[in-house]
Amino acid sequence: MIARRALLAAVAVVVLAAVAPLLPAYPLTLLTQALIVGILAMSLDVLLGYTGLSSLGHAAYFGVGAYAVAIMATEKQAGLVACLAMGVLLAAATAAVFGLLAIRATGSYFLMITLALGMVIWGLAFRWVSLTKGDNGIAGVPRPSLGPLDLSGPVPFFYFCLVSAAVAWALMGLLVVSPFGLGLRGIRGSETRMQALGYNVWLHKYAAFVISGVFAGFGGTLWAYYNGFVSPNDVQLVTSVETLLMVALGGPGTLIGPALGAGIIVFLKNFVSVYTKRWLLILGGVYIGVILFAPSGIVGTLRGRRR
Amino acid sequence: MSAEFWIAQSFNGISYGALLFLLASGLSLIFGVMRIVNLAHGSYFMLGGYVGLTVALRTKSFTLACVAAAVAIGLVGVGMERFFLRRLQGQVLGQVLMTIGFALIFQDLALLIWGGDPYTVPIPALLTGTTRLGGAVFPIYRIFIVGVATVVGLALWLVLDRTRVGAMIRAAVDDAEMAQGVGINVPRVSLAVFALGAALAALGGVIGGGFLGVYPGADFEVLPYAFVVVIVGGLGSLPGAVAGSLLVGLLDNFGKALFPELSYFTLFAPMALILAIRPTGLFGRG
Amino acid sequence: MINHALHLDAVCRAFGGLQAVDGVTLTVHPGERRALIGPNGAGKTTLFNLIAGAMPLSSGRIALFGRDVTHAPAHRRAALGLARTFQITNLFPDLSVLENCLLAVQAHLPVRFSMFRPVGRYPALLERARAALQRLELEKLGDAVVRNLSHGEQRQLEIALALAGQPRVLLLDEPTAGLSPAESRLMAGLLRRLDPEITVLMIEHDMDIALELSDMVTVLHYGRVIADGPREQVKADPQVKEIYLGA
Repeated sequence: MIARRALLAAVAVVVLAAVAPLLPAYPLTLLTQALIVGILAMSLDVLLGYTGLSSLGHAAYFGVGAYAVAIMATEKQAGLVACLAMGVLLAAATAAVFGLLAIRATGSYFLMITLALGMVIWGLAFRWVSLTKGDNGIAGVPRPSLGPLDLSGPVPFFYFCLVSAAVAWALMGLLVVSPFGLGLRGIRGSETRMQALGYNVWLHKYAAFVISGVFAGFGGTLWAYYNGFVSPNDVQLVTSVETLLMVALGGPGTLIGPALGAGIIVFLKNFVSVYTKRWLLILGGVYIGVILFAPSGIVGTLRGRRR
Repeated sequence: MSAEFWIAQSFNGISYGALLFLLASGLSLIFGVMRIVNLAHGSYFMLGGYVGLTVALRTKSFTLACVAAAVAIGLVGVGMERFFLRRLQGQVLGQVLMTIGFALIFQDLALLIWGGDPYTVPIPALLTGTTRLGGAVFPIYRIFIVGVATVVGLALWLVLDRTRVGAMIRAAVDDAEMAQGVGINVPRVSLAVFALGAALAALGGVIGGGFLGVYPGADFEVLPYAFVVVIVGGLGSLPGAVAGSLLVGLLDNFGKALFPELSYFTLFAPMALILAIRPTGLFGRG
Repeated sequence: MINHALHLDAVCRAFGGLQAVDGVTLTVHPGERRALIGPNGAGKTTLFNLIAGAMPLSSGRIALFGRDVTHAPAHRRAALGLARTFQITNLFPDLSVLENCLLAVQAHLPVRFSMFRPVGRYPALLERARAALQRLELEKLGDAVVRNLSHGEQRQLEIALALAGQPRVLLLDEPTAGLSPAESRLMAGLLRRLDPEITVLMIEHDMDIALELSDMVTVLHYGRVIADGPREQVKADPQVKEIYLGA
């Protein structure tokens, strides 16, 4: 089964890679955006769909990664590798600290604490003006270059994001089918049973939290390069909320589902914005619709999952 | 920093805490009885402010604005619970997502109806201006806020502690299954608590609208504060809501005054400390 | 004190004003089969929760093979060889029977932290999981999702999970709960064939099965031990007879 999924993924990657140079600029940038946001959605799925921890502050790690790149690229003129490393490291550190507070909580408490922690990052982005330029955001993040490769053009950058997303998907995919991943699914099923079997449940949840934050941070680093501009809007509550919807829409616990959900939301958002300003109204409606009619999400329903 | 500074800031913190109490007490009770994390609670606050604004402008009556907002949003809360949330009994994530959906819809509807400009709810002349108490100057409106919160707090305490309805609510918070078992109509109690919570939040919105204003985004801005109050104070606890509100109000105020660059951080530190020592909050039971 | 598998010393647990477990002292020797019986509400499952570490004590001490585990978390006790089943079936409903077993098997192994290889690539783990299922004649159900199993099959899986970790002390909480008489007989047969080296403490409502499968019996009433000793001796105890006949 794993081989089949890997094959499908490889096919998808090849198709996307082949199609990319032929697409007009706008759909190509949307596709790039979908890939980046897909990484964020998948990272949340590891936490939510597999471990059963509903976090409403996931944009925080995404934002830390993005800001790290933005600051280092604009003020220190740091190269791609340094920026990516810093972004991921800082996101990991943030998740490590926040995890210590959040993992002690369960269920709804966890939800509220992650929300509040997410707002802490937003608040820092908004008010620590000397570092983040506050509401103005940090502009002028240049497209990166990897050694001799110049990634600034839309097609090369798309390939860069495609490879990154594929690698992220592969790593997370291995994680969820590994013994550790099975442990996470066990925690989602019954924490008390896991305790009784001998698992240090806190430790496993904490590890999942930090790992999830790392991948979210990775997505954030790509976002900074993609958008060229990072602002507190990237870490606001609505962003965390949208990510949660992507997971719910695509299908929690399927990994590829949330990536698909991300794509749908990205395209919907941009498409809808052309015709109406009522994007939030529609998003809200989609939320309610998904809950009422497709609680296992798209991929979940296709796979015949029961939730 | 003079004594005046400390007094003024303390008072500001207390009055902000009073406003938060209106918001968080309802949230805490709702969670205590129904175990629902209502992400539309901030929306109740915001919509209450907007409805109050419109009523105040039309009727020139602040009192009527307060009442109208509380009733209208209370009904909205009832509708949400009765026709949508109740279908998802026990599904935490489903309920959360549903309340988020409503929050987004409310936000956009507010934008549609009232536009993007910030407004201030007109307050009666009686409540404007300042007064001197023991050498320090205090805005009368803020004293009014503290007064309202105190009255509401006392009323809630009396109802919970001394009436049959209150006993039913406390039983439901303690153990909903057991309460149902001894014959308490828990769904009806839940609905009543939900309506009350929404109404209180709306009242907070109108009153807050008098000095903070009503504007798009107020819903998601005030929501984390409500959550921190409830986390720190403990879910389902009225004394917890009081303690939490005061603590958060004071810390936020002093934080903004003394360390403006780290404002949300000053919320984070006490929350972290309390979670480290007592994960269920100061008065909570987990 | 040295030659015990499980030793409880004046263990108490209070809920508000109610003493659910009131000064229970008992010693279970290695390889012993002990039944814990008593009327409903006597505190039996609470006692199990205290022994397993699912709940903290109000006072007293618990020792496992001489090691004081009074303040040890549940997973630490499991690592020392304690396993339990639950009265209300507590399995992983969305996972397959085999995956349930794998979780039990890998619980004490370092491999549980492995993140980069699919679990299917660990043949040793699969082997042990299948063996654990075989012990309870469940191997045919390997791929079935637990949610779809019958109650009887789920009760069997409960035991399979507890045994999969190769425990030294096994706490069985009403293994025949909800089973038909025929299924109970089958379960009793399975339990009789348990490795004699394992120490077994069993809560059981079915008096026949309880007395049939145990050498020693402890009787709990209102959280207190009112009788404790060999099976025949307890059976003949007048106080015990009064409780069960009077009830």
